[in-house]
Amino acid sequence: MTASANSANSAISAKGLVKHYGDVKALDGLDLEVPEGTVVGLLGPNGAGKTTAVRILTTLLRPDSGSATVAGFDVVRQADAVRRVIGLTGQYAAVDEYLTGHENLTMVGRLYHLPAGWVADRAQELLERFNLADAADRPVRTYSGGMRRRVDLAASLVAHPRILFLDEPTTGLDPRSRLDLWAVIGDLVREGTTVLLTTQYLEEADRLANDIVVIDHGRVIAHGTSDVLKDQVGGDRLEIVVRDRSRLNEAAAALSAVSDASPFVDADTGHVSAPVSGGSTVLVEAVRALDSAGVEIDDVVLRRPTLDDVFLALTGHVAEEEPAPAPASRGRGRGRKES
Amino acid sequence: MAMTSPPTIALPPPMHRPVCGWGLHDGLVVARRNLLATLRNPELLFFSLIQPVIFVLLFAYVFGGAIPVPGASPEAGASAYREYLMPGIFGQTVAFAAASSTVGIAEDMSKGIIDRFRSLPMKSSAVLFGRTLADAVRLILVLAVLAITGLVVGWRIHNGALLATFAFVLLLLFAYTVAWVGVWIGLYMPNTETAQTAGLLWLFPLTFMSNAFVPLEGMPTWLQTFASWNPLSALVLACRELFGNPTGQLPGQTYPWPLENPIAYTLISCAVILAIFIPLAARRYRNSTSH
Repeated sequence: MTASANSANSAISAKGLVKHYGDVKALDGLDLEVPEGTVVGLLGPNGAGKTTAVRILTTLLRPDSGSATVAGFDVVRQADAVRRVIGLTGQYAAVDEYLTGHENLTMVGRLYHLPAGWVADRAQELLERFNLADAADRPVRTYSGGMRRRVDLAASLVAHPRILFLDEPTTGLDPRSRLDLWAVIGDLVREGTTVLLTTQYLEEADRLANDIVVIDHGRVIAHGTSDVLKDQVGGDRLEIVVRDRSRLNEAAAALSAVSDASPFVDADTGHVSAPVSGGSTVLVEAVRALDSAGVEIDDVVLRRPTLDDVFLALTGHVAEEEPAPAPASRGRGRGRKES
Repeated sequence: MAMTSPPTIALPPPMHRPVCGWGLHDGLVVARRNLLATLRNPELLFFSLIQPVIFVLLFAYVFGGAIPVPGASPEAGASAYREYLMPGIFGQTVAFAAASSTVGIAEDMSKGIIDRFRSLPMKSSAVLFGRTLADAVRLILVLAVLAITGLVVGWRIHNGALLATFAFVLLLLFAYTVAWVGVWIGLYMPNTETAQTAGLLWLFPLTFMSNAFVPLEGMPTWLQTFASWNPLSALVLACRELFGNPTGQLPGQTYPWPLENPIAYTLISCAVILAIFIPLAARRYRNSTSH
């Protein structure tokens, strides 16, 4: 699963990362390889350890054990070298409320030790690119949520980072802002930036990431492209909507003739779904079986399993419905282990 | 959409590392950010200016007639106290500014911006240097407003501009020094609300157990000893001497060393406090995880 032989070409390489917060084990031996120039999606429910992993890889937190390199630099021993080549956009906009968008970007550029004149031009360029030129000279506290995320992302891009960490970049954004941000991230990837993206939105991982690493309870539980993961769950899904709810059982019986496993019946919505293999011929067989049983249907689809199906199959729970325990990682003032 | 054009400005060659390292450069960048934030929050600035002015008026007119200044002629009365008072108010104001450093750093630590700072290749202690520097610079404005208020109520500079300037430099040095203590306290605060209360606590004994408002003679002996060695007493006395205001000390009488050498003692105290609290605060900052 983790190709350690490849770690020379890995932008990010983590081995056996462990992190405790008191009694809570946030990371339990996490392994991760992100090849140069790819997008890896770290997918998992709240409390799975996604943010802890990102905080360790971006030098904000030290692991209790295990090791990690980013761009070949050790995240503990060569933290400064790591910081020079990464950009980080977290769940909360890490920008100053009272400063304007332009001032925020120039401040960040100056702290990368880049010349003032260059930084001013670069800030202007990024603000234009992120549709913030009109708001460039307004304090960030007057920005909308989507604008804050964009200026935050712009701040992490000032110094052309080779490796970008996006920790739930679209959490809490409206659909329109989410699409905008996805477009921007897509561009960065085309330009060759390596991206590690954490998300609890399966759609986001599906859309942006080449490779998906599913983690739960601080451990990797699955790894692969979205297609590979979907194949792990098994073939396709045949889904029908029965017109007469009283005939759901007959519909299920008809479908079980063509299905690999027993169909799943949702009595409330009139949906019957079944895992199938054999492509579109199955669809024809299913419709015939239903027709000869005299069951009328409103809708029929043959679809690939979604990452929702994958997640359900892997973890036994649906991703979005996971309750959000207050992660212990939020506790401030916690001493770091100096070992 | 304009958001999709590729970048055009390539990364420039890196800047040369300054001889003294990046600490000063980064500290100034952060200080600039803190000062800009102050300018964007004029209400807070306004009230932080009003508070010491109210203190001047209260002390000058409420206590003024009741507190005799040793060594001043009886007929001078309240006006002698006002001249005696002003350096005390200056001292109190620069000391209490430490509370705003406590609150400021606690607020910084509770915000996402600290994650940004920590993920940048900047000198980590620059966050603290920037905070203390900005707090000291802000005090220039506060001291100017105070000085004008003082002139209105009858305080005067008697020893010329040079010595007076030196007095203000001492005040700013002291402000910068206690700001580090304030920052160190602020790094232990769980939230801004606690910082607002805890940040003030130690400042009351520091300022009132001193010669800032009343002459030491009226205090019990043990308190006189404490007050004599209180660095704030030395600072206030140094300012009184430099401005040419009544010192409250009687000629011919011997006082503890700090009150005989107030300027030297102020400078030594500041150096010692900075030597202790800069490393303490910097270590605390490095070891504390952000929010």
